[in-house]
Amino acid sequence: MFENLDLQKLVFGRLTLDALPLHEPILVITFIVVALGGIAVFGAITYFRLWSYLWHEWFTSIDHKKIGVMYVVLALIMLLRGFSDAIMMRAQQAIAFGANEGYLPPHHYDQIFTAHGVIMIFFMAMPFVTGLMNFVVPLQIGARDVAFPFLNNFSFWMTVSGAVVVMISLFVGEFARTGWLAYPPLSGIAYSPDPGVDYYIWGLQIAGIGTLLSGVNLVATIIKMRAPGMKMMQMPVFTWTALCTNILIVAAFPVLTAVLALLSLDRYVGTNFFTNDFGGNPMMYVNLIWIWGHPEVYILILPAFGIFSEVVATFCGKRLFGYTSMVYATVVITILSYLVWLHHFFTMGSGASVNSFFGITTMIISIPTGAKMFNWLFTMYRGRIRFEVPMLWTMGFMVTFVIGGMTGVLLAVPPADFVLHNSLFLIAHFHNVIIGGVVFGLFAGLTYWFPKAFGFKLDPFWGKMSFWFWLTGFYFAFMPLYVLGLMGVTRRLNHFDDPSLQIWFVLAAFGAVLIALGILSFIVQLVVSFMRREQLRDWTGDPWDARTLEWSTSSPPPAYNFAFTPLVHDGDAWWDMKKRGYVRPVDGFKSIHMPKNTGTGIIIAGLGVAFAFAMIWYIWWLAAISFAGMLAVAIGHTFNYKRDYHIPAETVTKAEDERSRLLAQAGAAS
Amino acid sequence: MTTPTEHTADGPVRFLVEEEHEHSGGSTMLGFWIYLMSDCLIFAVLFACYGVLGRSYAAGPSPMDLFDLPLVAVNTSMLLLSSITCGFAMLEMERGRRGATLAWLVVTALFGMAFVGLELSEFAHLISEGAGPQRSAFLSAFFTLVGTHGLHVTVGIVWMVTMMVQVARHGLIPDNKRRLMCLSLFWHFLDVIWIGVFTFVYLMGVLG
Repeated sequence: MFENLDLQKLVFGRLTLDALPLHEPILVITFIVVALGGIAVFGAITYFRLWSYLWHEWFTSIDHKKIGVMYVVLALIMLLRGFSDAIMMRAQQAIAFGANEGYLPPHHYDQIFTAHGVIMIFFMAMPFVTGLMNFVVPLQIGARDVAFPFLNNFSFWMTVSGAVVVMISLFVGEFARTGWLAYPPLSGIAYSPDPGVDYYIWGLQIAGIGTLLSGVNLVATIIKMRAPGMKMMQMPVFTWTALCTNILIVAAFPVLTAVLALLSLDRYVGTNFFTNDFGGNPMMYVNLIWIWGHPEVYILILPAFGIFSEVVATFCGKRLFGYTSMVYATVVITILSYLVWLHHFFTMGSGASVNSFFGITTMIISIPTGAKMFNWLFTMYRGRIRFEVPMLWTMGFMVTFVIGGMTGVLLAVPPADFVLHNSLFLIAHFHNVIIGGVVFGLFAGLTYWFPKAFGFKLDPFWGKMSFWFWLTGFYFAFMPLYVLGLMGVTRRLNHFDDPSLQIWFVLAAFGAVLIALGILSFIVQLVVSFMRREQLRDWTGDPWDARTLEWSTSSPPPAYNFAFTPLVHDGDAWWDMKKRGYVRPVDGFKSIHMPKNTGTGIIIAGLGVAFAFAMIWYIWWLAAISFAGMLAVAIGHTFNYKRDYHIPAETVTKAEDERSRLLAQAGAAS
Repeated sequence: MTTPTEHTADGPVRFLVEEEHEHSGGSTMLGFWIYLMSDCLIFAVLFACYGVLGRSYAAGPSPMDLFDLPLVAVNTSMLLLSSITCGFAMLEMERGRRGATLAWLVVTALFGMAFVGLELSEFAHLISEGAGPQRSAFLSAFFTLVGTHGLHVTVGIVWMVTMMVQVARHGLIPDNKRRLMCLSLFWHFLDVIWIGVFTFVYLMGVLG
């Protein structure tokens, strides 16, 4: 029997040299640029001897603040990747008319729009949101860390693993050509035999484990670890939205895990869940993936709503208008988000009654959302508004999101949806709410909490540049798509015949260039702020005169967050403390019990990349070894019982004395 | 100079000087419950798939042709008995008796292994008859639902063996007790899922 044994297949699976895209000049150039960049970063880290620092202080850290920062760094890197995909598509659509085929053939173009969607949702927006929640929530509730610190580190590295798997597909083999939700039967083995869909599946499965565990973690943190005295209805609104978002994660991501597992069974084992024959039913997949997918968009937008609530209250110098209604609106949206999934495929043909039900539930969601909008407006009404950068993002959001919300209600009308389904009108709508809502919110949050994380504010001039470029760029890029969609242009096309449409695509491409300038301004802002950090320094820990507990400690906060756990008597706890003449404790510090760093998370995640790569390329021996390795490391980790240590009282005293000195200095200067 | 314990101005106390010491097991139990509920949703999806596809035989065999109820009854009793012995292990744990706890855990794991073994032999028999997961959507859904449950039981057994080693080494320390509580929750949870499988897949399947 051994003469039939193909040694190459046994060692490399279906991976051959042909998988390297040497015939695609765009990819070769990209690879060279990425490789040079990678070598430069690697060399710089080695030259400055930063490896040990990075490993001990960051990679193995279980400090929720550092993990939060790392999540945001991942999100920003992936934003650049996802945006390059976007601008490539805009350029292609602006030139590919009539005889001009453009520069991206369908085979490549299809991978780009799939990668753009997957990366922007799973590896830009999700890590960004999770990063902010990780950083802010424990500080806002007066806790010293999350409920399961090691799990937090592990979740982060699993998310990185997923991103790495998706990035590998750029240079080894190819990515899915199916659209970001990979509908079967197109994504089945019969129509997508190449490893693209497998990259998609394994990238999302690995990252999904991370997301689910971080959801469990934050729910337990918020329920169990609030500072004494903080009742549920006294939690900051961002913490409320974080709670609802993480409940949504816990209740939605298992569905994604299950449905992707079923798709992989169809592809690997030959089962018939979503095939056209042997009784399979592709619409099962579409239903299940949207039962996850619709809550997912609320997972992204709710924390953004929370950020806007914090920002509006802070920069208007007022208590948030209608706190209670804000909380109830958030909870109602959380529940309703499970009752609308079918509006993504009214055209499935489930009949008038079913479509009406889902159309009406969808329209109902606009009621709590509208209530929130009025709450923000009434908070601004007669407030002393400071037009700092986070506030600009918030006002940009309020205008833009209302437009996106209204086109959403329009799409919720099933007869209208039959005309607009899969058109560019839909593309314009969801970019309108995701950019105008989620992205603006994330930038508002980043600017707002940056001084808390790093001890200095971001440069406002470049922040304003970034904001205005993003805002105008958004309108130029997506308003033309509404027009095109109404005229019947469908999504995912890489070539057009009707030259009268071209002007709209050119306008959209111009908008994408403006957004590119917005991203560039943001990068300049980071560099400029770092150079000017001494002028932008925040000595007090409360640079915005804000209201919630995270601003009561120093910027950046010490590893233990709070020398003494705060006692909460009111919502807007820190505002209440300031108003009542709170005096900071300056002596009597005690040692503090904290969890210890561990490298287990990054090791398991590294093995996870090997496992995913092996599964994608059918390298079974490597899959078996790396899976066994993951299991062994995980079990080995449970044999370590000494996972905590005490920060000695002297260290705490030293850190707090230093803060006293800085506060006195700041007091003398002002 | 105010000391931390004093009240500030006219306001109430602002911070705690004495605090509860460790990150208590309360978060762990809540967190594990939340995880179990998310796992439950995975089974919900698989049950839903079985509900939709369970009669898509593609001109192949149906449950009435395939299921061997007496075998499944034996299998079910293995799992139910393992749940009882798992409960005995927990009772012994509460009494602080390491040896008895370990003994009951061994019995539980053996029942678990018998369950997985019987299930695997049932699968092997079905596949040899040409009724493998590729034959029809019904069989795909059947193998996946039952197989996922079996996989969970297998993970539970690996976990149980790990716990036996840890209890033997370190005794019934609070960390181990908390872990055993989680394991027992997991084990009983799998029992509940199996009752759903037994009822909806096997019993109602044979009813036709």
